[in-house]
Amino acid sequence: MANLIKLEIVTPDRNLLSEDVEYVGAPGVSGDFGVLHNHTPFLTALSIGSLFYKKDGRKYYVFVSGGFTEVTPTKVSVLAEVAEKAEEISLERARKAKERAEQRLQQERERIDYVRAKIALARAMQRMRVREEASSAGTISM
Amino acid sequence: MASFREIQRKIGAVKKTKQITKAMNMGASAKLRGAQDRIERFRPYAEKYFEILSDLSARVDPGIHPLLEKREEIKNVGIILITSDKGLCGAFNSNLISKCNALARNKAAEGKEVQLICVGKKGYDFFRRRKQNIADSYREVMGSFDFQLANEIGTKVINRYLDQEMDEVHIVYSEFVSMVRQVPQAAQVLPVVQAEAPVEGGPQSEYLFEPSVEGLLAEILPRYIKVQVYRGLLDTSCSEHAARMTAMDNATRNCDEMVDQLTLAYNKARQAAITSELMDIVGGAEALR
Repeated sequence: MANLIKLEIVTPDRNLLSEDVEYVGAPGVSGDFGVLHNHTPFLTALSIGSLFYKKDGRKYYVFVSGGFTEVTPTKVSVLAEVAEKAEEISLERARKAKERAEQRLQQERERIDYVRAKIALARAMQRMRVREEASSAGTISM
Repeated sequence: MASFREIQRKIGAVKKTKQITKAMNMGASAKLRGAQDRIERFRPYAEKYFEILSDLSARVDPGIHPLLEKREEIKNVGIILITSDKGLCGAFNSNLISKCNALARNKAAEGKEVQLICVGKKGYDFFRRRKQNIADSYREVMGSFDFQLANEIGTKVINRYLDQEMDEVHIVYSEFVSMVRQVPQAAQVLPVVQAEAPVEGGPQSEYLFEPSVEGLLAEILPRYIKVQVYRGLLDTSCSEHAARMTAMDNATRNCDEMVDQLTLAYNKARQAAITSELMDIVGGAEALR
């Protein structure tokens, strides 16, 4: 395959990924976007969600939260506060986090905690989604 | 001259101290390796942030975002001081504290109120005893921390800044230069210092921004503060371990020296005892004759 694009994902604690891929799909704050080779340079903030890339015809999924992405014609750099590959996500933990967040949402009426719980809920749900998508794409075993 | 037994006991004590300092040296060196790894892993992230931020902020007017804007009247200054929780690391903490003190005194001389945010127990203890105004403190955190801690500190500082409780924020941390050199540094965190011009023009100015330059800055600036804090934390913890290694290495060497001296004294005392005993015997034998 000729037209590959380099994908790099870094977090404060590690370099999660650095690979040549065919396509990257990422959750920007104003909507998901896709990147192929020779994309116009651009810069966007990321929302909480699932990022995926295609390599050798298979789709791989990564959970990202908070950060931004820089796209150049040959390279995509993702700087996220948190990033986890699908196989690293614990469904069990995500499910528990989701329950906790839901409980808090019902109890907490104070604004800050409410927002925080909402974010926690979004994170848990997105983690689960990443897991599911990856397993239906067959790139991880459940 | 100290008695025989006493010297013997002292030698034993020094030898035990040596075991401890030696163990601490090895512990520090293991931790140092871990801390260095973390800095290595964090560096690309921090550099990218810095690059993008300076590119972005050079494009805009500082009035566009409160974290960039320089306030006309500066009344309250915040200083984030990062020290270690534990001692036994030479002059490490006192260097940091005196750096912080100098900065605080400067600001106070200009008629500004100084508030401290102490990370690490040593700095907190020092300034609490001197009745300095401490806004926040984080103690017993340097042993194990992650980005979450920087996040917490950063969020609080930003809130205080936005609430006008602080008009300027500095950070004092120890830069890890090498195993034998750790330099206390002071840097301004808020308002964010703008780069003079974009790093280099050319293709970079062709970027598309989503949602917009302003929107992106609003996202990136607060994170940038946290990145700076985290960097300070990592550097300081690395320096701490290096300083402790050196200090413990010296201590171990001093122990060796002391054991040598004590052994000498011990031998002398032993010799003197034998001689005097011999004199007694000879004297007694003489008297019997």
